[in-house]
Amino acid sequence: MTEHLVLRVISKLLIPPILLFALYVQMHGDYGPGGGFQAGVIFAAGLVLYGLVFGTAAVRAVAPPRLLVVIACLGVLLYAGVGVASMIGGGAFLEYGALSADATHGNHVGIIIIEIGVGIAVAAVMTIIFSVLAEWR
Amino acid sequence: MDPQAQGPRAIDIYVDILLLVLLVAAALVVVTLRNLLAAALVLGIYSLIMAALWVVLDAVDVAFTEAAVGAGVTTVFMLLAIAATGRHEKIAHRRPWLPILASLAVGGLMIFGTLDLPAFGDPQAPAQQHVAPHYLEQGEAETGVPNIVTAVLASYRGFDTLGEVTVIFTAGIGVLLMLGVASRRRRAGESDDDDTGDRS
Amino acid sequence: MEALTHANYWAAIVLAMIGLYAVIAPSNLIKKLIGLGMFQSAIFLVYITAGKVEGGTAPIIDAAYGVYSNPLPHVLILTAIVVAVSTLAVGLALTVAIKRDYGTVEEDEIDEQDRR
Repeated sequence: MTEHLVLRVISKLLIPPILLFALYVQMHGDYGPGGGFQAGVIFAAGLVLYGLVFGTAAVRAVAPPRLLVVIACLGVLLYAGVGVASMIGGGAFLEYGALSADATHGNHVGIIIIEIGVGIAVAAVMTIIFSVLAEWR
Repeated sequence: MDPQAQGPRAIDIYVDILLLVLLVAAALVVVTLRNLLAAALVLGIYSLIMAALWVVLDAVDVAFTEAAVGAGVTTVFMLLAIAATGRHEKIAHRRPWLPILASLAVGGLMIFGTLDLPAFGDPQAPAQQHVAPHYLEQGEAETGVPNIVTAVLASYRGFDTLGEVTVIFTAGIGVLLMLGVASRRRRAGESDDDDTGDRS
Repeated sequence: MEALTHANYWAAIVLAMIGLYAVIAPSNLIKKLIGLGMFQSAIFLVYITAGKVEGGTAPIIDAAYGVYSNPLPHVLILTAIVVAVSTLAVGLALTVAIKRDYGTVEEDEIDEQDRR
């Protein structure tokens, strides 16, 4: 699809706002609709659009599959790591209240961190699936 | 959405019914289309209608997810897989009466089952009486998060969500193992001497 | 309106029936996966319908509202949708692998090759 000028220009205009919107959805999930799952999928959708218009080699250059696997692992480990951290803080596994002196504040911090873990894991997995399926010949 | 409009709203019901009719129509089109490429695109429309329905049913977070996943990423995955496997259903549905009878029987039993369910939107339904009032009344004070869906997702049911993320992670690794670099090389009959530890 | 109190459940059941038919009848594996996805979304509809409270609004706490729909089904279905797309991707990958090994994704032709 590399010869379509209009598609190329419009996607170049669209992709940065899509990625930015994904970050907004990620960080705003506490106050409005949104959260890690949606943000991860939207971020991956930006990369998928990039891959559809500019070819999978372009996505591979931005996000090599090996790196994506590491990022996906980091996302899951970040989530589980918050659980372990709250155990170290004196609570049960994933009892975020133990992360801070004030239980409500600790809960809020825990939610933000695990949502980031969810977001990067989902974004990485969706991009892995896209590049694997798209590169299949 | 003005604060006074808390009573039953008839317009919600009408929009709800309209969307349900559209959903069933889209579903019938998807099943009858022999061209898989077209079926996948109509499935994207089906997801978009579903997302609108979630908004009517107050599930804004779900609507958001459905719009991003169902109408966006799923359609792309479908199209990529169809591009790899062929775009036409070769064989017509043989002996369609047996599957139709089976699904009618299952559907009839399920409709019989719904007769005992509480009416749509009933605030006294058992589903509304268990833990949900606690989440809605105490959720913001306990977690500092006004979006109760996020609070339940990440805090009250955090263990569950960890499991879900692990499932997603495992699915990604599974796809990578089935169709990734190693299996493509094996198919091409090349040796993977330029790369170590990349066998599936 | 009395007749419509269960309309959402019945629509979900009709969608489930269409999905079930699309899993059983076609011999094309991609079509079966589409049917499976449709069955899943019918179940999502049952859950979200059970969580709707009449006159309620989305469960985001605000001083202006007093009645909220049940957030619990929303949480379950939100994660289920994302899990559904990843498991669908596994199914599609399996289908593509079957195409690689058998040269077809029609169940009948695969059976025929296996019998030989």
